[in-house]
Amino acid sequence: MGCATRSTRARDARKELANAILSVRNLRTQFKTDAGPVKAVDGVSFDLFPGESLGIVGESGSGKSVTALSILRLIPDPGRIVGGQVLFRDQDLLQVSDEEIREIRGRDIAMIFQDPQSSLNPVLRTGFQIDEAMLAHKQANSRTAHERTVSLLKKVRIPAAESRAKDYPHQLSGGMRQRAMIAMGLANSPQILIADEPTTALDVTVQAQILELLADLNRELGTAIMMITHNMGVVAGLCTRVIVMYAGQIVEQGPVDQIFESPQHPYTWSLLRSIPRVDALRHERLRSIEGMAPDLLRPPKGCRFHPRCPFRIEKCLVDEPRLEEIHHGQIASCWVTMDRARAEMKADELRDISPGAASGLRPGEIIP
Amino acid sequence: MATAAVVVDAQPIAPEQVSLWSDAWRRLRRNRLALVATIFLTFLVVVALVSLVWTPYRMSEIGVTQTYAPPSSAHLLGADELGRDLLSRLMVGAQVSLVVGVGTQLLVLAVGVPIGLLAGYYRGWLDSVVSFIINVFYGIPDILVAMIMVFLLGPSLRNIIIAIVVTRWMDMARLVRGQAFSLREREFIEAARAAGARPLKMLFGHLFPNALGPIIVQATLGIPAAILFEAFLSFLGVGVQPPTPSWGSMANEGVAAIQYAPHMVIAPSIALSLTLMAFNFLGDGLRDALDPRSRR
Amino acid sequence: MAQPARADIQQPMSDSTRPMVRVENAVKYFPAGLGQTVKAVDGVSFEIRQGETLGLVGESGCGKTTLGRMVAQLLPVTSGKVFFEDLELTRLRGERLRQQRRQIQIIFQDPFASLDPRMTVGDIIGEPLVNFRVMRGRKLNARVQELLRIVGLNPYFNNRYPHEFSGGQRQRIGIARALALNPKLIVCDEAISALDVSIQAQIVNLLEDLQREFKLTYLFIAHDLSVVRHISDRVMVMYLGKIVEIADSVQTYAEPKHPYTKALLSAIPVPDPKIQRGRRLVELSGEIPSPIKPPSGCRFHTRCPIARLPTPCAEVEPPLEEKGHDHLAACHFSQDV
Repeated sequence: MGCATRSTRARDARKELANAILSVRNLRTQFKTDAGPVKAVDGVSFDLFPGESLGIVGESGSGKSVTALSILRLIPDPGRIVGGQVLFRDQDLLQVSDEEIREIRGRDIAMIFQDPQSSLNPVLRTGFQIDEAMLAHKQANSRTAHERTVSLLKKVRIPAAESRAKDYPHQLSGGMRQRAMIAMGLANSPQILIADEPTTALDVTVQAQILELLADLNRELGTAIMMITHNMGVVAGLCTRVIVMYAGQIVEQGPVDQIFESPQHPYTWSLLRSIPRVDALRHERLRSIEGMAPDLLRPPKGCRFHPRCPFRIEKCLVDEPRLEEIHHGQIASCWVTMDRARAEMKADELRDISPGAASGLRPGEIIP
Repeated sequence: MATAAVVVDAQPIAPEQVSLWSDAWRRLRRNRLALVATIFLTFLVVVALVSLVWTPYRMSEIGVTQTYAPPSSAHLLGADELGRDLLSRLMVGAQVSLVVGVGTQLLVLAVGVPIGLLAGYYRGWLDSVVSFIINVFYGIPDILVAMIMVFLLGPSLRNIIIAIVVTRWMDMARLVRGQAFSLREREFIEAARAAGARPLKMLFGHLFPNALGPIIVQATLGIPAAILFEAFLSFLGVGVQPPTPSWGSMANEGVAAIQYAPHMVIAPSIALSLTLMAFNFLGDGLRDALDPRSRR
Repeated sequence: MAQPARADIQQPMSDSTRPMVRVENAVKYFPAGLGQTVKAVDGVSFEIRQGETLGLVGESGCGKTTLGRMVAQLLPVTSGKVFFEDLELTRLRGERLRQQRRQIQIIFQDPFASLDPRMTVGDIIGEPLVNFRVMRGRKLNARVQELLRIVGLNPYFNNRYPHEFSGGQRQRIGIARALALNPKLIVCDEAISALDVSIQAQIVNLLEDLQREFKLTYLFIAHDLSVVRHISDRVMVMYLGKIVEIADSVQTYAEPKHPYTKALLSAIPVPDPKIQRGRRLVELSGEIPSPIKPPSGCRFHTRCPIARLPTPCAEVEPPLEEKGHDHLAACHFSQDV
């Protein structure tokens, strides 16, 4: 009982220019369907630096989960990684043998999922499963594994850890199962922890506790965290850098303060304005985004966001924009950028958010 | 950048209309075995229909050729112990099998579906009573019941159908009950109630159409079971009476002469086997095609 | 320019204004096997006022979904009464109850499960009208197309099937269906929870527009407090089958008078890194107790940061009473919150 301050982390944009521990280069993953390949991830590149917490945010269909699964080669049939590299410790994870990637999974790079039910075996005791995680990677022997499991459970703040270890997963609540998952993920002191929507299925109060836990662990253990989520609030609280994904591509990337304060991609900007805020002082009509996410079977030509963008110009319809640095450390792929939209198109006063409303390029118009 | 571009609408138009049935049909077509089975069964139906008005020889005409005659160009399947043309009798036998197979299943649907729907949807005491009745019926050995019924009511195609329905309706009722059970929890059923649907509408307007897939599969797979049962009864001599040929009774006659006229037992046995297989392949194919979970 | 806060637009309610819905001591128990009962809703009383949006929030196991179903008359009460415009709904049965459904409609959470996959969209939306024999034939078709237009869908989609639409579009279909009979009250049961963030905003705006145009009253059930705060005039917080606080949305968030509400508010992440860094999380000890054996006295006492044990918090259940103007809370120590 009592209160705890949120941890304060160094938000200095210029981190120690350590080398990235993970580099994703031009990753492309597709799913085969009767109607053709669905380009779930289409040319994604980014770095993960030691000890940082990186947020990958996007809605459904953005490709964020598929990206995370691709890193560890966990893509199920009918999906296939069709291109790119995932560089980790001078190795390309997409090229190493099955044996090697199995060793890396759970030992150097761990992953926790939204639904702990699917990762925890219901017929085995919880503590036993964590022991197994260590034994499988030869990080402990059967004597030391149990001790370490209990100390891990304590570290993830499960009360009565000793007896909880003997419980089966169904005897634990949702929040505790997720903590157990985190403990299992950290069992072998990995360098990277990938968390795929770990709190989405949890109650709000439990979610806040888990996020606090992750933040503290990130600070104490120096494990880099890659947080996949659709919740901008979660990102704001936990992450130092943010990647925004849309339709299988990265549309914006940068330090969290900058992204939230001055987003440069119209999608990021629109997304932030469509979220109701619990601390809002007045009732402002939400600025939603019109239309729906595009069909990844036949993505729109040019910029993938143009069918929904209030600020599109002619170039957006034909040329696919590339990621470029707009401000220091912040990159976005947009021909217009919000700086220009604010200056020339009165973006801040925009009432009509329909596509092309601000730039005058409405649906149905033909460009010669 | 010389080509013209049309600015796209934010709301993409849905692709061409695809109902769940045409989707299932498409998947069924891809199943080779089911396709072959369907072709065979269509052929069988045609043969049965044709035999209503024409057979190479009159099926009950005795002595059109030598008794126990082996297959020849005049009599493609040979003749039986009374010199009757086997091909003609086989064709008429197809009628019997199909009538029994389809007829029983239609009645089973008429009885089993409403009972199952009521029990599954309302649960409570109604379900307890129905389940009790179903279990009682399951306790009855079907062959015994069939024979008793035939003994009491006399052997005829109609009575055989009744006997089969009486002993097999429970499978359908149980299936439909299970379907209704799981469907009633689905949100669209609650939504229908909130929209003011009356009970009859709930049962037949919402539950039944959504249970149709498994019902069709069950009925399709019930046909060969009924056909086999009838053949068995006829084989025992308590089925269809002469001169009406049934594949079962033909096989019975053939077994007695198996040493010197094997063609008599082979023809109806093969016909029976092929028909049973075809219905089973079709039923399996339907099950895969209609399974909503394997929709891509 | 931003519109003024909801509390300002609302006309002050005179005491003689009859509430549209009045719930008196509603209770719902479910059998849980082995002779145990789940006390999903355990004595709840409140009212829904004409034209307002009453938000209902709580975490899992609080009973909000069950309560919503009871108000919509899809679940019978174990005990207690629900009044709709002075008519005691809980006394009605069969056909008379069915007739009342014209007034109270419901929008469900799952846009995939709440539409019959075997029916066309047109049939789904028109079904309420058919059930009550309101209209048919050409008039029915015209009304269905009008409803599609109202919710922002192409009216020529009425021959399509639900699986051909996206989640957001299906939810619009569900809304069109709920509007078909011109109801007075619509229960929104987690109506936007299953949708993407940007689509949620679309639907929230749609619901607000429809409320204005058709003078609707909403009971808006959700677990996302940010959305509830945005759309609601008043907010009701539930915990383990009981109401712990009811107040207008501004008040609830500015000055909560129940420790659970305060903890809940502190847990919601705000999409602003600077603000988020400065916030303090109110930690609740333990887990949510089982609704089969709720704690004695105040149900929240096992986790409450300000509980005074054992007296009175573990022994006496605090009544839901007025702690401020039109602000009710069930806590012995509201002043300490």
